[in-house]
Amino acid sequence: MKNEMNLHFSALSQNESFARVTVAAFIAQLDPTMDELTEIKTVVSEAVTNAIIHGYESNPDGKVFISVMIQDGTVEMLIKDEGIGIPDIDEAMQPLYTSKPELERSGMGFTIMENFMDEVQVRSEPGFGTEIRLKKHLSKSKALCN
Amino acid sequence: MSLNIDIEVKHDVLLIRVSGELDHHTADQLREQATKALENEEVRHIVLNLEHLTFMDSSGLGVVLGRYKQIKQLHGEMVVCAISPPIKRLFDMSGLFKIIRLEPSEEYALERLGVA
Repeated sequence: MKNEMNLHFSALSQNESFARVTVAAFIAQLDPTMDELTEIKTVVSEAVTNAIIHGYESNPDGKVFISVMIQDGTVEMLIKDEGIGIPDIDEAMQPLYTSKPELERSGMGFTIMENFMDEVQVRSEPGFGTEIRLKKHLSKSKALCN
Repeated sequence: MSLNIDIEVKHDVLLIRVSGELDHHTADQLREQATKALENEEVRHIVLNLEHLTFMDSSGLGVVLGRYKQIKQLHGEMVVCAISPPIKRLFDMSGLFKIIRLEPSEEYALERLGVA
């Protein structure tokens, strides 16, 4: 059975924990392991933080959009902003690369997303925004497939 | 969930105990409080106790790396202790343990820096 939810909120840093906790609560019905739940919360936090810091350059008038779809033990998320976009996606995804070293960014956001999810797709258009598609198969569904 | 920060100076060690969630929103508090505490001229090293940290993301890695750079300028050392497996994975991924020491407990961390 397919189940979806959509969420949008102001690009404010205090909404980072709201976003990850809300997504985790929605995913909980699939009975994920603690590790899987932590991984999904971390990934949501990374993508939402990117939208706030980089997409909107900390302008709280921006809106962050999250869609989550669960089906057959697979979680698909779309995390989107309508901010400035990423000029060079390959460069942005390099481990330890950051466009804002003065803000003490670690440059590990995309690396963490790639490590914790099965699929990560980034689309961005300068001036129009960025969308990140993330997909993860939960271990219980993998066991059923075998 | 917010971040609670407890700061204590033991001899020349700045002991920082954090609990709660360390993300972009709460990282500023840790940066500000640790930087202020580092103005104490006796401080040479940092011990960061993560025992009660329930969540951390890459913003946490950034703020830890920033404090490492500060203490390195004082020719000191940084030791992280009591880290949980999910948070350790992030440190491993970033290679931070190549420059920052890890100890199982606060007691071991302080001992390592010569504070009994």
